[in-house]
Order: sequence, then C-alpha cells, then structure tokens
Amino acid sequence: MCALCGVLGGSGHWTDAAARPGVFTRNVDGLQRRRERGHRIACASRVLVHYGLTLSDWQASSFVLSTATGKTELVDDLGHLWAAAEKLLGRPCDPLDPDLIVRLEGSGG
Amino acid sequence: MAEPVFTPINLITGFLGSGKTTLLQRLLADPALADTAVLINEFGEVGLDHHLLERIDDTMVLLQSGCLCCTIRGELSMAIRELQSKRERGQVPRFRRLVVESTGLADPFPILSTVQADPVLRHHFRLGNVITTVDAVNGLGQLARQPECTKQVAVADRLVLTKTDLVEAEAADALVGRLRRLNPSAPLWRAAEAPIDAAALLSHDLFATATRSEAARRWFAAELASSDRGDAPDRNRHDDTIHAFALVFDGPIDWTLFGLWLTMLLNRHGEKVLRVKGILNVADSATPVAIHGVQHLVHPPIHMAAWPDADRSSRLVFIVDGLDRSLIERSLASFLRAGSSALSPAA
Repeated sequence: MCALCGVLGGSGHWTDAAARPGVFTRNVDGLQRRRERGHRIACASRVLVHYGLTLSDWQASSFVLSTATGKTELVDDLGHLWAAAEKLLGRPCDPLDPDLIVRLEGSGG
Repeated sequence: MAEPVFTPINLITGFLGSGKTTLLQRLLADPALADTAVLINEFGEVGLDHHLLERIDDTMVLLQSGCLCCTIRGELSMAIRELQSKRERGQVPRFRRLVVESTGLADPFPILSTVQADPVLRHHFRLGNVITTVDAVNGLGQLARQPECTKQVAVADRLVLTKTDLVEAEAADALVGRLRRLNPSAPLWRAAEAPIDAAALLSHDLFATATRSEAARRWFAAELASSDRGDAPDRNRHDDTIHAFALVFDGPIDWTLFGLWLTMLLNRHGEKVLRVKGILNVADSATPVAIHGVQHLVHPPIHMAAWPDADRSSRLVFIVDGLDRSLIERSLASFLRAGSSALSPAA
C-alpha cells in the first residue's frame, strides 16, 4: 500500500522496480534484496545525519525513520523517505541546499 | 512461463485546436496501426472512424493526503481497465497499442502517472512516447500565455508542428526556435509538409530501442548534441526559465546513491524537473541503465543490452524550470562522492 495515499498495491517505486525483462532492478532475489536494503540504509544515513535523523530496517519490509528525540515514521520505500523526513522535521529537505552540499563535500574523500 | 507483454500507451497531447484529432486521423489511416486501440476525451469536429474507439470522461481523483506520483485520473484508469478486461475476454480485438488523446487544457502529468500508479494498469501497460501537437498559427501566443502548453511541449518525446502551410516561413521558424529551447531533443515533424511516419512517432521509444544498441546510440547522440544547443546564448529572455542541459559523470555510479539523490530532488523540486533522461554506468553492471522521468514520475529503469559506443561515462539530460544547473551538478557529485568514500571500506 502507498503509505501516503492509501492506494492498495500502489507502492511501485522505480528504485524497487519489479524484476522483468529489460528492467534494471535490485529487487531480484531474497539475498540481493537484503543486501540492497542494508546498502540503502548506509547510503541514506550519510545524508540523514545532516538532519539529525536515523534510518533503520524494520522486519525487512519497511524502514523506521527516527529523530533524536524519538519521533518515528514508518517508510515503505525511497519515494516516501523524504516526505516522511520533512514531516518529522517540519522543514524541507532540499538536495540543492548549498549548506547540505558543502557538508556532503566535506564529509567525502 | 511466457514473458509478460506490456502494451505501450501513447499520449497525444497539445493545446486546444492544435490538430490532435487530425493527427490521430492520419495515424489511424496507416494499416500498421490496425491493432491500436484509441481513447479520446471528447468527440470533436473532426470525425474519427476506427473500430476500437472509446470515450473517457474527464475527472481526476485527487487524493487528499496523497503524494503526486499517485495522482490518478479515475475515469482514465477505469476506461483502460475496461478495455483490458474486454481484451482478455475476447470482446474486442487483441490490440497491441493504446493511444490516449488528452483534452487541450490537460496537464499531461496526471495522465502519465495514472498508468504507473494504478495497480492493475502497471501490470499490463507501459508508457510509450508522448506526442505533442503545436499549432504554427497560435503556438507562440499559447506558449506565452498558457503554462499547460509549455509543459506539454517540455514533456514531449515527439513534437508535431501543424498548420505550417498557413503561416509565413519566418513565423514558423520563430516557433521552432522557441520549441527547441523548451525541448531541444524531441524529433519534430512538420505535419503539413511531410508524411507522418507512424512507426517513428509511436513505436520508436526508449524501451523499444534499448535492446538495439545502434538505435540507443543515435538516441543519446541526438539528446546530448541538442541539449548543448539548449544552453545557447539566445536563451536569455527574461521570462524563459525553462532550459535544458546535459551532465556527464566519469566512472561507475552507485545505483542506490543515485536513486536516493534523484528521489530527494524530485520530492522537493519534481514539478520543476520537466524531464530527466539518462544513461548510467552503474557499478556492478556490465551494461548501462537508462532512466527516464517526467516531473515526479520516473519510469522503471531500463537495463540496456549493450553500451551504444566506447564512451563509458554516465550522461544525464535535464529539462528544468528555474533550477540552477551548477547546483544540480554539485549536489549529485557531492552525494556520489560522500557515499562512495564512506562506503568503500565495507564494500
């Protein structure tokens, strides 16, 4: 279900595309899905740390997004991650924010 | 088990009176399109005679709390489901393509998102080319006054310029110049002067050509060459905030980081990212991945059969409304770099 809209079967985010001929996806077998979930949490955390948020796995089916004070949101996929983060923070999460870019540039190699 | 077959859906859009139905009439005269079903919004003055023609009513379901990617046009969704159901039951011929003609005032985005968000439709259909008609007589005025018209041009995969026989050559050239700034890469037909090539308009889309590396090479070569033209100095009109540009990244890209970045960009600026198309050198993948998005909607990524040429760099083409190119480039680079340096020891 799409967590924001309540549309049944609505979550079909492009980063989780169903495996079918001609389509690139890491949503292929159980092992690859688990590996991708772990990698996704690690990647997202590199960005979310700048907002004081953490992301963790929930039952290998959803993610839990949390603030430092313990407010949480369940997130189905990357499509909902940023909307949920903005809801928890009460402000926009903008990848074009120069402050965020400078901090990411500083945290990289 | 047989491979699933996804029926392509083509959208024909264009402003009021720009010749959508006339184009459709010409296309349907082509015997190659006998297995095409057609959905139209209203029966206009131009008569259509086709054995698979149905009507949709024009209402949109706007979900109160919903994200934009799930905007569903209820009647369109029902009309396509009904066609699918009839096809399965053998009550209509087994059509292999569906053409939807939108109303002239429609923003094309909700129509596209319907196909991808509807849980039934997305298992049977996929989006094909968006074809936009522009009227050479009124086009410049409509583009200046109507934001929907600008959006229809920017999201087009194919542009059809109509009524060029009714205007002076200079006026048509001025309109073409304007169209090229809004959408540098879509092939453009002058409908009054050249025969309509139905296959090139409808069926030569990214998904269909991805498995043929020669076709894919031509597609990207045209995209990159023309998007450079989109940054030409004549683009400094004050009101002209829509522009196209290409970004090139060397070396393999982490798919997850890229997905995280594009999702974040579209969440905040989706309505300003009119188009994003690209070919990515994804780490751990021997062949490239093509991505293609319209505003908040990104099509399922396509795993191309082969690299189109010797160049292994990732190439992305954007058509944006008022977003800064250098910020987009810096932002993506910072995401990719921050992730790769932090993650490489564990990888």
